[in-house]
This record gives sequence, structure tokens and C-alpha cells, in this order.
Amino acid sequence: MKDIFTGKLVRLSAFDPEEMSKAFVRWNLNSEYVRLLNSSTRPMQSAKSNAAWMEKEAEEISPASYYFSIRTLAEDKLLGELGLDVINWPGRDAFVGLGIGEPEYWSKGYGTDVMNVLLRFAFTEINLRRVTLNVFEYNPRAIRSYEKAGFRHEGRMRRVLNKEGKRWDMVYMGILREEWMELNK
Amino acid sequence: MFDIQTQLFEGQDIRFGPIDHEKDPEIESKWTHDSEFMRLMETGPARPLSAAMIKKQYEKLEKQIEEDKNLYHFMVRAKADDRLIGKATLQWIEWTNGNAHLRLGIGAADDRRKGYGTQALGMLLRFAFAELNLFRLTAIVPEYNEGAVALLQKFGFVQEVCRRKALERDGRRWDLYVFGLLSSEWQERIKR
Amino acid sequence: MKDLFRGELVRLTHEEPSVRTEAEARWQRDSEFIRLADSDPAGLSSEKKIKERFEKQAEGGPSPERYFFSVRTLAEDRYIGFFGMFVDLIHSEAWVGIAIGEREFWSKGYGTDMMKLCVQYVFTELGVERLSLALHAYNPRALRSYEKCGFRLEGRTRGDMLREGRRTDTLWMGILREEWLGLDTDTAPVE
Repeated sequence: MKDIFTGKLVRLSAFDPEEMSKAFVRWNLNSEYVRLLNSSTRPMQSAKSNAAWMEKEAEEISPASYYFSIRTLAEDKLLGELGLDVINWPGRDAFVGLGIGEPEYWSKGYGTDVMNVLLRFAFTEINLRRVTLNVFEYNPRAIRSYEKAGFRHEGRMRRVLNKEGKRWDMVYMGILREEWMELNK
Repeated sequence: MFDIQTQLFEGQDIRFGPIDHEKDPEIESKWTHDSEFMRLMETGPARPLSAAMIKKQYEKLEKQIEEDKNLYHFMVRAKADDRLIGKATLQWIEWTNGNAHLRLGIGAADDRRKGYGTQALGMLLRFAFAELNLFRLTAIVPEYNEGAVALLQKFGFVQEVCRRKALERDGRRWDLYVFGLLSSEWQERIKR
Repeated sequence: MKDLFRGELVRLTHEEPSVRTEAEARWQRDSEFIRLADSDPAGLSSEKKIKERFEKQAEGGPSPERYFFSVRTLAEDRYIGFFGMFVDLIHSEAWVGIAIGEREFWSKGYGTDMMKLCVQYVFTELGVERLSLALHAYNPRALRSYEKCGFRLEGRTRGDMLREGRRTDTLWMGILREEWLGLDTDTAPVE
């Protein structure tokens, strides 16, 4: 069976609260990153307080939640975080959330590669039938990346985000297992 | 024959040992990042775990062993360099019925196909039948794990149940086989 | 849509821990009942312990992995038994354990009626691919009932029960969703 943790540029690795909490502090100093990732406002948190809630989450191994750190294959560098949360078991549908904290890795195909690995994991190991995500209207780079991975636009929550004195839509996208299988024959 | 001289925990190239809480978590963490190994070893979804997480699992395991008294866990180490190469477990032990389930895995792909699994299984069976006095052992294996099926059959395990399409993986459903070996069958084999 | 909680002889209910405790304390005195239902050695628990066990179960709140139904007869509204399911969400497989504590309701079709409701619920509401169960080889009444509900015998683990000095097998059965769909067009879901 294929290696479901490794892509072309990245691999999925264990989510280690100690390492991740320090990286979080660094990434969250970049307000652009914070605004792309979070719909609500986020206060800065110390590594210690980050580690605290991360450790708590890491303890609970549940069939409904999966968290990974993303590392480059080339230098084994920690790039970002990835989470998959099942929202509906009979429908076998999960929400995916992804953040690449290192700006020099934006717009270089890393996001698409992560998503491809994630979808393989979601459809062939967790046996989901669809994956859902939401993304902000003002993040065209991510929208493009998800389109490349096969996500389709499913709708928008209109004007639900409030940034820079303007209102923006939350875009909903989804991909079905059969669509993904078709793309990855 | 009353053979208490032959070692229970020392094999030819491998030995059974306890958990090394300092060194083993890092190695097991690596195994969990190998989805091929995880998909052979576990029916639950593969997920990479940090060394810290493994350490916590070890603590839970040792607590369970002490409290529930229905579980034996061995680390499999290479005799040459004491390297951790796998693990062997007897679990869900029902003392009044004399049953247990066995699990065995050799973690790194490079360490497989070297006969370590055969040695480890042989030692595990002797421990189960000659030391724990169990009546039978059960092993549950997905149909795609041909290596495990072959190894179990080599030791005389009989396929008793076919749980049809019980497992979904890699986009399709698979059968789950339940194998069983009776103590009497094992006794016969070692006589030969 | 069908009433999933109503059969021909029984209906599914939720009973409070106090009701379940009273019944369980009585039923556990019938060791034949216990030995048909369980593989662990039969024992006796205090009402206090039984109540604690049920209250603890109820504590967790709803979980997508566990389901439990108490069963009452339609005719007399008697609480006669129960069934519970565990769902392996990843593999879409459910396991069921079922029992009738009131002995006078054995061999009268109540068990089959209960199990049919369970099978229907599991496939139409939980949407799983497979329903599995295990039973003792010395329980032919259960085997016949499960076969009537569509379960197929998938094998036997040899001699894994030792009781009264005799070794008996555990039988393993399963029913696949596609089989169930083919079985009963009345209960098959509308496409």
C-alpha cells in the first residue's frame, strides 16, 4: 500500500506540542499569516500557554481528529500545521484546516502538495466520502491552491468577515471521494 | 519433559526485553511515521506520534499491565547491538478460559525478512503455552497482510473465521481473518 | 418513513438507571441468563455497584460510537431486555450485544423482533457497512434467531469457552449492508 504520509515536497509528521508551540509564537508574529488563518481576532500567546492547550489536545486520540505537523522532504524543516476533524460520521465528511507558517514557502506548490497528501489520507485511511474546508475571500492564493487539489466551490457565507474596514465572504469548498479518485487514477 | 533450562526470553538473534523508557520512544515514534508498517500492524488509522506521546503510551501500558493483569508486553531487541526492532504482546487474556490474543510486529522494513519474526513468534508461543498455561491463542490479520498469514500458517495456526469485508482501507473493503492455535497443536509441533 | 423504534412485539425505549438497576439485580440471579450472555465468569454485583455502572455510562453524553436501547413489550409494556451497539467509525462496522432478562419471553420471537429493529436501525440510521456479533455454540436459540435476521455464520474460534468442565466454541456472524438491502425490500431505503 502506498505511503500515505509522504508527498512530493512535504511529509506529514507527528504533532509535537513542544516544538509546535515555539513555532506558533514565531508564525503568529506575522500579522498577514494570522489574518489569513483566523476569522476571529487572536491575541499573541506565549510558547508556554500554546504548549498547554496543544498538549491537552494531543492527549486525546480520537477517531474524529487528526493533527499533523508539515515538514519539507528536502531539509526536514517544520513548515506548518494540518488538522482534519470529522464533522459527520454517517455522511463521512471532515473539515480540513491548514496553515503554512513560513512565508518563503507560500506560492511554491507546497500548499497543494500538503492538500494532496491529506486527501489521500482522508480517503484511503479514514475512509471519508468528502472533505470540506472554508477559506477567506481575501486569500486567493489558498483558493487557487485548493482548486488545484480538486476542491470545488460549494457556496459562500456572505460578508461574514470584517477586516480592514471591509466585509468579506467566507468561501466553502468541498471534494468528494469519487472526484478525488478520478483525478488520481 | 521438564525443561526449565531453555531460556524463555533469549532467542538466537533476538531477545525479549522490557520497555526502555529513555531510548525506545524515539524509535517507536519513527515506526509510526512509516504508514506501510502501521497499516500492517494496526487496523486503526495510521497516525504519526511524537516520542513524547509514545512515552505516555508506555506509562499507560505499564499501568494497565499492573492493574488489569491480562496483558504481557515484550520489546523485541537484536542481540548483537541491543537495538529495538519490534514488539510482541499477549493481550485480552482470559484466565478462566485460557485464551489470549497475540500481536507481533517488526518495525523497520530493513529488519523484516530476516527471520526475526519467526524467532519472536516461536518464543511468544512457548511463553504463552509453557509458562502462562494458556489453552489457545488467537491472531487477527487483514487479508492483505500476506506476510503475517504465511508466518502464522508456518506455526500451524488455523484460519477459523473470515470476517467478510470488515476492514476498509485504500479505497476498498478487505476480509479480516481470525487464526487460532491450540496448546495441544503446538505441543505436537514442537515434539517433531 | 418507518418508525424505527417499534417492532411487532416490542418497542425501543430509554430507561432510567434506577429502572435498569432493579431489573439487572434480578436478572443476574439467573446464572443461565448470564452464562448465555457473557464469557466472563458469572458473578453478583450489589445494587449500588450496578447503579454506579449505569450512571457512569449515562454520564458521557451521546457518542457516535455507542448506542444502547432498552426494550419493552408492546402488549404489557414490560421491560424485558436490551441491546447495545459499538460502532467502529473508521471501518463502518457495528457490533451488537443483545439479551432478554425476563425468561418467560425466551423462545417466543421477541429476540428476533428486537434484533430486526437493531439491524434496521444500524443500516438505515447509522449507515454502517457491516454488523457483527459473537455467540456461544451452546446457544442454538440465538443462532437460529440471528440467522432469521440475516446474519451469516463466518466461523468459530475453537474451544475458547470453558464451562462446566467442557470446552465449547464461540461463533462469529456478520451481515453486510448489501446483503441486508437484498433481503427485505420493505425496509430497504428509498433511493
